[in-house]
Amino acid sequence: MADAIAPATPADPGHATEPGVQHQFDTMEQQREASSFGMWVFLVTEILFFGGLFTVYTVYRHQYPRAFAEASRHLDIALGTFNTAVLIVSSLTMALAVWSAAVGRRKAIVVFLLLTMALGGVFLGVKAVEYTHKFHDHLVPGPSFHFPGPNPGNAELFFSLYFTMTGLHAAHMIIGIGILTVLVFKTRKGRYTPEYHNPIEVSGLYWHFVDIVWIFLFPLLYLIGRHIH
Amino acid sequence: MSAVTVPPVPEAPVEPRVNYLNATYGLKSWLLTRDHKRIALLYLGTVTVFFFLGGLFAVLIRLELLTPAGDLVQSETYNKLFTMHGVIMVFFFLIPSIPAVLGNFLIPMMIGAKDLAFPRLNLLSWYIYAVGGLFTLWAVVHGGVDTGWTFYTPYSTTYSNSYVIVTAVGIFITGFSSILTGLNFIVTIHTMRAPGLTWFRLPLFVWAHYATSLIFVLGTPVIAVTLLMVGVERLFHLGIFDPKLGGDPILFQHLFWFYSHPAVYIMVLPSMGVISEIVTTFSRKNIFGYKFVAFASLAIAVLGFLVWGHHMFVSGQSVYAGLVFSILSFLVAIPSAVKVFNWTATMYKGSISYRTPMLYAFGFIGLFTIGGLTGLFLASLGLDVHVHDTYFVVAHFHYIMVGGAIMGYMGGIHYWWPKISGRLYPEGWARFAALVIFVGFNLTFFPQFILGYLGMPRRYHAYPEEFQVLNVMSSAGASILGVGYLLPLLYLVWSMRYGKQAPANPWGSTGLEWDTPSPPPTENFAVTPVVTGDPYHYSPEEVEVVG
Repeated sequence: MADAIAPATPADPGHATEPGVQHQFDTMEQQREASSFGMWVFLVTEILFFGGLFTVYTVYRHQYPRAFAEASRHLDIALGTFNTAVLIVSSLTMALAVWSAAVGRRKAIVVFLLLTMALGGVFLGVKAVEYTHKFHDHLVPGPSFHFPGPNPGNAELFFSLYFTMTGLHAAHMIIGIGILTVLVFKTRKGRYTPEYHNPIEVSGLYWHFVDIVWIFLFPLLYLIGRHIH
Repeated sequence: MSAVTVPPVPEAPVEPRVNYLNATYGLKSWLLTRDHKRIALLYLGTVTVFFFLGGLFAVLIRLELLTPAGDLVQSETYNKLFTMHGVIMVFFFLIPSIPAVLGNFLIPMMIGAKDLAFPRLNLLSWYIYAVGGLFTLWAVVHGGVDTGWTFYTPYSTTYSNSYVIVTAVGIFITGFSSILTGLNFIVTIHTMRAPGLTWFRLPLFVWAHYATSLIFVLGTPVIAVTLLMVGVERLFHLGIFDPKLGGDPILFQHLFWFYSHPAVYIMVLPSMGVISEIVTTFSRKNIFGYKFVAFASLAIAVLGFLVWGHHMFVSGQSVYAGLVFSILSFLVAIPSAVKVFNWTATMYKGSISYRTPMLYAFGFIGLFTIGGLTGLFLASLGLDVHVHDTYFVVAHFHYIMVGGAIMGYMGGIHYWWPKISGRLYPEGWARFAALVIFVGFNLTFFPQFILGYLGMPRRYHAYPEEFQVLNVMSSAGASILGVGYLLPLLYLVWSMRYGKQAPANPWGSTGLEWDTPSPPPTENFAVTPVVTGDPYHYSPEEVEVVG
């Protein structure tokens, strides 16, 4: 579809037939397909990324079931449940933002994105409170770690994993909030239309993914094995 | 680095046509480019720097091993030398080399696209690579790291006093450039193929890169998170792999090799793609068993994920796990052999011309076969116990990585050099260098098989006197190999200014990338090509345009 060799340079995208189509694509359709497929592939890499940690967790849980259950009882189940609810609602507001983009309601997009970010913020705030409690209770691994029950070493292993896994999840939340911030600004500038809103769509995929990671983390860390004594 | 990547400005009257090299000028036009071809050249420059840096450490290793006594460097320094050699060569040269340079340059052209699906992500991947490289260089300058490139715990997490975190962060960051490159390739191959270019009309180079990208995408995140765990364990005194707390260092090895074994196929699969292109072009024959070669790439990628335990036969892994890993490792030989046999069958009764890329292809096939067969030795449980952690292993993986991957890389660089630079390289010098590399390589690494079999362990800076003759041979070979690698650097840079102008298709190849001028215009094709046939349609009567 390019009609001449010469003038096109990297600085001059050129040749775009429809507005919003980047120079390397022929049609909007192709571009949309590429960007959402790209995000799915990225999420696959994320699954493998968290998968390493989940593997380690599973191995140790299998090796030290009692110590892990004992340590698990030191987590705050009320705050964990509250946070789970917060994230599920944030997934709803994110989905509503994507829907608003698809039907072209710009104000609604901004409202829902801001709501999603706020809920993400609440989650991180609660997480910070939980971390502080652990710090006061000497449950942060390291020289000052002190565990009242049997097998303090294995419990320290549990808390090492707890902090690594929830910390990595929180890092993903922070990145997600950053992405949504950019989307809010771009939406207000009127960048997105019902025809072109795949950045909002693929960011939504990412947000849901991060929520789903938590949906796995919550039972693994807080719930399973609480009844074992 | 920019001295290597930025070709000199061509003289105006000779090359009036606008191409990707002269479309825009200035450092900014290179550092902010989104053109996959320019990004490939940025990568070419950086991987070349890392190659020679990694080579420098190899020189020091071989100098130390000239004499049985540990006289040139302390044992601690020696530990750092082989660690830095391994880290730089594996993570900063071998893994990005063919995909990020040749794959980046050629995949869009081979599928008739204007660029990769995500050009900005492509540029980002180079910057991520560069930042990761800088972290590692920082560690090198400040005293290096001594854990071996494998970062085994608990030494790496607790005891080593070297710059483990900085190096791990460097590799962690660079991992994301691999992930982005793999992601970009997969999406591009899925969504950007020219009209008529069905999956089974794709060149085998593209198939090989597709398989490689799967490993990039599925494997790299695991090494990233594993190094993250090592990093936080060191930094925050967490205890993920700490035996004191009940942590399991063997678990680290599992996670490490889950990526690092497939990483070997990241290195060699793209090379196999290159060889498929070269062998067909210079035999003037269509590939024998196209689908077998294509699926062999995928089979290697998939099987590659199931064999990591063969690195841990003596690590205290269960015998039954060892048996399964051993059998699965033997299975990898099947698709690998399919490829070797099919290349050989392609050459059979072909009209072969002994040009430089073909010489490298011959080198690849022979050396890869030796590397692969000795891999079978190592996959057998009994024999592995005898030669584990000896020079036999070192020789084996250098036959795959240097004899295989780098031969393919050199062959590919020469084969596509006219397309990349618009100039022809000097054929005589290039043939000579290929020969020097082949001789130097074998002299360096073949004696190491014998050394290992006789029991010389790897990673020691001193050794018993009876091993000296073989070690001297190896060091002598390394110096020849070094010259062999310097020659192309010199004549290729020379050819960018003084080489003969290259025609669009100097080898008479049937690949789509040769349908466009050399060097190509920024958008690759004046008109999006429509593909109507198979990628290889050679007949013996066709002759090369050059020579």
